[in-house]
Amino acid sequence: MKKQMWALAVSALAVGAAFAQANDTISKVKSSGAISVGVRESSGALSYALGDGKFGGFHTEICQRIVSELEKSVGKKLNVTYQPVTSQNRIPLVQNGTVDIECGSTTNNAARQKDVAFLNTTYVEEVRIAVKANSGITNINQLNGKTVATTTGTTSVQHLRKHERAKSVDFKEIFGKDHADSFLLLETGRADAFVMDGSILAGNIATAKNPADFKIVGDVLNVEPIAIMIRKDDPAFKKFGNDVIAGMIKSGEMTKLWDKWFLQPIPPKNVKVGLTLSESTKAAWAGPNDKPMEDYAKK
Amino acid sequence: MAWNWQVFCQETTTNEHVPGCLAGFAKGGDQTYLNWIITAWGWTLSVALSALVVALVAGLVVGTARTLTNNPVISRLATAWVELFRNIPLLVQIFLWYFVLPGIFLPLREIPSVVLVVLALGLFTSARIAEQVRAGIQSLPRGQRYAGLAMGFSTAQTYRYVLLPMALRIIIPPLTSESMNIIKNSSVAFAVSIAELTFFSRQSGEETGAPIEMYLAATVLYAISAFVINRIMTFIERRTRVPGFVASAGGGGH
Repeated sequence: MKKQMWALAVSALAVGAAFAQANDTISKVKSSGAISVGVRESSGALSYALGDGKFGGFHTEICQRIVSELEKSVGKKLNVTYQPVTSQNRIPLVQNGTVDIECGSTTNNAARQKDVAFLNTTYVEEVRIAVKANSGITNINQLNGKTVATTTGTTSVQHLRKHERAKSVDFKEIFGKDHADSFLLLETGRADAFVMDGSILAGNIATAKNPADFKIVGDVLNVEPIAIMIRKDDPAFKKFGNDVIAGMIKSGEMTKLWDKWFLQPIPPKNVKVGLTLSESTKAAWAGPNDKPMEDYAKK
Repeated sequence: MAWNWQVFCQETTTNEHVPGCLAGFAKGGDQTYLNWIITAWGWTLSVALSALVVALVAGLVVGTARTLTNNPVISRLATAWVELFRNIPLLVQIFLWYFVLPGIFLPLREIPSVVLVVLALGLFTSARIAEQVRAGIQSLPRGQRYAGLAMGFSTAQTYRYVLLPMALRIIIPPLTSESMNIIKNSSVAFAVSIAELTFFSRQSGEETGAPIEMYLAATVLYAISAFVINRIMTFIERRTRVPGFVASAGGGGH
């Protein structure tokens, strides 16, 4: 029994090591004829499941463009598999080679840059406040004595805590299990405001029973660069991806994609997200870079 | 896999290393993840233990009521209670208490979520404890009930002096698992904004980029809590054993 356990442990280690070696994505893809694209099942209009094993969204479509350019450059049709990932497993899966390119909604930050690499920022997320339209709240300082909802396991919780301490605004925090729960807290009046990424707020409002009852108000509390994630130490693939992105920005294709996913009705419900292109995202497109979140906070 | 246990000494807003991990409790302002996980453990224990009290009281009453053969109305009501709370998943019950009931009965909105979660968890467990109490009472020879009645005791007195003292001691082993379960089940409280251990691991994992360390630490605390409950219950079991009636460890049955 004990021997079997050892054998299992050793072979597990060996498999792990074998995966960890693949670092040159382009030649790996060329030799295997396959590429694994990491996608999210519910990251709003950035990446989500359309059902039937299909995935769509702004970031997913950028990845599809990168893959089709890759097909041109290696000169053969690739076998593309979509691998749904979660916040918990996305980094390990990219590191061990299960996923070659992750096109979800991953924030580029300094801690993650130690483990993985990011292509140039394609989307800048702004943390905003959603309130009931008739509440009269217009910025975070008016939240004194109010209840603020946000979602467990997100960086927004940390922003709120920082804000509370820095500005000595005294509000009560409550946490939803997921974004739908947090929005329900706002909808049922358990919370006066919902603080979260702008795209998530806009998406939840768009699919609410009465979208007109809610609005997004106030200053931008924090910005986070969201980028496509690839394995570390793969300069060739990073350059390849960045070139595709730069080309899309230059040709105006990026703006068209924004229009398609954020301003037009999108499947499955054919509802508009209604999020106009923000100044921060425009700036990221004007000067492509892979700066982590921490660099945005400094300015 | 490189472990990074230093994260527990980080401050929760700046992620800077705080010398002397537990500094936060004294200063009030700066809080480390170590301070936080201890607070979260406190929430887990308070929710679980309060719910256990609710569960034991309600379970005892309902379980006893189910065995009242001469009062079919009460025993059917008790059966309905058990089926209601046993047939709905715990997470769904928590949401019913938190979102649906306050939507129907407006005064419930004023009740803090921790009270609602204690009620939800307590009543859910009460259905299971009620079944154990019933099984305990029904496992007693029928003659015991008749003996009590023959002594001239009322039904209440028969239960108070004859049936329950035996039945409750017999069911301590299953009650032990139920008490340990309530610690583990309290993890659903994170769904309604209680900052307990599961909430802590999900949140701090995202903030520090060290989710595995956070989950492991929370796992250890859950295991310790459940194990301590197990030891306490085993102690009670040993002290209250009915000689010759409950199988002693390794010994024969009755």
